Amino acid sequence: MSAGELTGLSLQAASARLAAGQVSSRQLTEACLARVAATDGRVGAFLTVTGERALAAADASDARRASGRASGPLDGIPVAVKDLFLTRGVATTAGSRILEGFIPPYDGTAVARLQAAGAVLLGKLNLDEFAMGSSNEHSAYKPCHNPWDLSRTPGGSSGGSAAALAARQCFGTLGTDTGGSIRLPASFCGVVGLKPTYGRVSRYGVIAFASSLDQPGPLGRTTWDVAALLSAIAGPDPHDPTCAARPADDYLSALENGARGLRIGVPREWFGGGLQPEVEARVREALATYQRLGATLVEISLPHSRYGIGAYYLIATAEASANLARYDGVRFGLRAPGVRGLKELYAESREQGFGAEPKRRIMLGTYALSAGYYQADYLRAQQVRTLIRRDFDAAFTRCDVVAGPVAPWPAFKLGEKTGDPLQMYLADIFTITCNLAALPGLSVPCGLAGGLPVGLQLVGRPFDEATLLTAARALERELGPPPAPTALEAKA
Amino acid sequence: MPVADFEVVLGLEVHAQLLTRTKIFCGCSTAFGAEPNSQVCPICLGMPGVLPALNAQVVEWAVKTGLALGCAVQPVSVFSRKNYFYPDLPKGYQISQFELPICLGGGLTITVDGQEKLIRLTRIHMEEDAGKNLHELAADGGSGVDLNRAGVPLLEIVSEPDLRSADEAVEYLKALRAILLALGVNDGNLEEGSFRCDANVSVMRRGATEYGTRAEIKNMNSFRFLKQAVDFEVRRQVALVEAGEPVVQETRLYDPVRGETRSMRSKEEAHDYRYFPEPDLPPVRVDEALLARVRASLPELPRARAARYQQVLGLPAQDAGVLVGDGALADFFDAALAARGGGAEAARKVANWTIGELSRLMNETGLPPPAWKLTPAGLAEVLALLDAGTVSGAGAKALVEELFRAGGDPGALVKSRGLAQVSDQGAIEAAVDAVLAASPADLERHRSGKKDLTGFFVGQVMKALKGQGNPGVVNALLKKKLGGLPPGEGR
Ligand SMILES: [Zn+2]
Repeated sequence: MSAGELTGLSLQAASARLAAGQVSSRQLTEACLARVAATDGRVGAFLTVTGERALAAADASDARRASGRASGPLDGIPVAVKDLFLTRGVATTAGSRILEGFIPPYDGTAVARLQAAGAVLLGKLNLDEFAMGSSNEHSAYKPCHNPWDLSRTPGGSSGGSAAALAARQCFGTLGTDTGGSIRLPASFCGVVGLKPTYGRVSRYGVIAFASSLDQPGPLGRTTWDVAALLSAIAGPDPHDPTCAARPADDYLSALENGARGLRIGVPREWFGGGLQPEVEARVREALATYQRLGATLVEISLPHSRYGIGAYYLIATAEASANLARYDGVRFGLRAPGVRGLKELYAESREQGFGAEPKRRIMLGTYALSAGYYQADYLRAQQVRTLIRRDFDAAFTRCDVVAGPVAPWPAFKLGEKTGDPLQMYLADIFTITCNLAALPGLSVPCGLAGGLPVGLQLVGRPFDEATLLTAARALERELGPPPAPTALEAKA
Repeated sequence: MPVADFEVVLGLEVHAQLLTRTKIFCGCSTAFGAEPNSQVCPICLGMPGVLPALNAQVVEWAVKTGLALGCAVQPVSVFSRKNYFYPDLPKGYQISQFELPICLGGGLTITVDGQEKLIRLTRIHMEEDAGKNLHELAADGGSGVDLNRAGVPLLEIVSEPDLRSADEAVEYLKALRAILLALGVNDGNLEEGSFRCDANVSVMRRGATEYGTRAEIKNMNSFRFLKQAVDFEVRRQVALVEAGEPVVQETRLYDPVRGETRSMRSKEEAHDYRYFPEPDLPPVRVDEALLARVRASLPELPRARAARYQQVLGLPAQDAGVLVGDGALADFFDAALAARGGGAEAARKVANWTIGELSRLMNETGLPPPAWKLTPAGLAEVLALLDAGTVSGAGAKALVEELFRAGGDPGALVKSRGLAQVSDQGAIEAAVDAVLAASPADLERHRSGKKDLTGFFVGQVMKALKGQGNPGVVNALLKKKLGGLPPGEGR
């Protein structure tokens, strides 16, 4: 196979070829690195490429395989992670100037587990600064472009994680999802992205944005790829007290079980309003496909969804205002030069280090927590959370999964919404409730609108990622593999 | 004296470092005095991406302390973030408890001027200590931060404003310290700051019903400084009120050199700490099983112990107080008495030796109890040797000292150090005869009744016996030999 053909494989197919001895990890890794070198100048998915380390890891994997000690489907597979995951000895920036030059002394749990499974880390992926954004335009380093149309955003905040897969630069990625940051870019880039149940994957070693909402998760070009990655990273972790004690399920074994008998809840509130007609059409077609496959549709209501965005921006910014306090110029990262005194050290380091969006959110969150506002704002927002969760609990007595759009529109143009933060915040209108309710949510491609990918969102019961993946796989099998984006090839 | 026209209203906030082996949210050592920043890890350094993992022993000891102080231990309590910027606070927030602390209510009884008084507690909560700023490091003109202490577990124990004088505050702090020592959860070291207190002080005219404006006093690292600081602050506030000036709500720092308090920050400058529940830690749950287990592990507490010493063993209140003021001394006393056996008489002797000799050696050497080589059984054996006349009082003291520093077998030491007392009649009589024969002039002066020289002769005989003569035998023999003329009778 040519290098180009190799990088077009799914993780599953690449893994099968490794197992069959038809390709080596070094060949896969070299092919990916070449693809990154050829395309990333236009995509901007990578902030750091760790070529030498990747080749050394690939050789180690090939040696394991040669001696019969290959460890599973990820052994030898080139992957990359959002630059929010700490990687020992490899720069980790969170997409922010304030962490420029920061070299972590430890690996986060998810990264450590990927590496223990034999995966080859190619590098660190672009994102909105501290995961704050829906378009990757808030990266302090460079914008990321959608491989389907380079003038458009890949979505955010895990933009690099979705774009790298769409651009065939690697076989699997990790992202994080606080309000939709895995599902939105997956939808915009035509790949599969899963936000697990809060507590399914350890947050240890993932830079915190909003601690009670953040959840790391996998992205892949297929559901099988995502299921394999989730199997590797999910499960209890003593380093994260909010990580569930419940062991991870076997996400691959039930993948082909189909959609027959599945009860799909369709929330009234997620259709209409700002939903673009062509996006709605793809979503409704997907629902019809499920019916054809033997699933039943149940109309449900999530009446408190409409308070979701308001509650989200209070809770997320409040937690962020505390989480970002440690970036103070004292111990690591950027320290403003030439300052006099402590106050100036803090003020100048943070002024120079943080971009506009983190500053905006730190200020919002600081107000939300201030005396006099806390009761009215933060506590109210927590109550909304409970109400939203109850909506879902009620719905799940009548259905097994909830289905709807991921976003109101397909990928928008770079620069289109940067002037209007409120418009940008609407990108998360359908995804945010899932974080507030701590539920698993997934985006699976369901066709194109105006030549751009559209994702179907599936939301499941707590810790029922297996059902989500099985349902997504049924649709994927029916629709066939999504076409590869052509924007890169046309200009290559 | 105008101060007498005022009533002092006083509450203490005590911060007690827990003696857990590791920090509250990570596995780093809590040992004091290590090289700066040698006991740190990504978690207590507040690195990006880290999460706290609660040390279960901290919860257990908070429960233990709460039970010992009669608090209502809460089945569910919640950690919160207290937000403020300071270089010794790596995360930019302290993980503490705010709205839902682990213990509510409770109290402890103090005795002042023979009067018992209950001081109520408001709450006890768990939190992490901060690091230390080191301004003297200044190699490059800058300041340093030592984060060894960051993340050391603290209990904050807050009293109600039930204290009415500096003396009561000191008694309260001593009683609380003794309880924490007895529980084994804190080392009670005010000087090193592992047991420290802030005082909320206000004054009001006698008979008034509304408390005055309070000032919070910090930096009092001894009982003496607490008393001085409170006394100063009371005088200052009374003077303000007398002059018709307002007392400002503020935080004041005690300066032990000048013996005064100074304004540190006013209420206007006070932080809005923006507390909110710590999302990284689930609520702390204390179930019945844990409560039962901790309750069963509670030791006898100082007040109960002191009462037992007085009522059952007949010790004077003063001695009982000294023993229970330091749990290690009381434990030693109990064990030594058990080894020695006997009733009130034995108890008094063991107490005297524990308070006199052991506590002297402890203070002189500064050695903590685990480093004492003297065992309770060792002291019991020394006292047995003393009672049997095998060693003299001086010999026993020498033995105790040697055992404390180096250990060993008391019986063997008596031999090897030549500490055995001479009780043999013949040997002592020979010595007496020799002394009398060597001093005919003194003997004559004594016998003539001009001067009572009994003491002088005892000294001479003891000297001849190298200090090891049994004083009883020496006295009896001398008395006989000095003739039927008891000294002083000629007067
Ligand atoms: Zn540590």
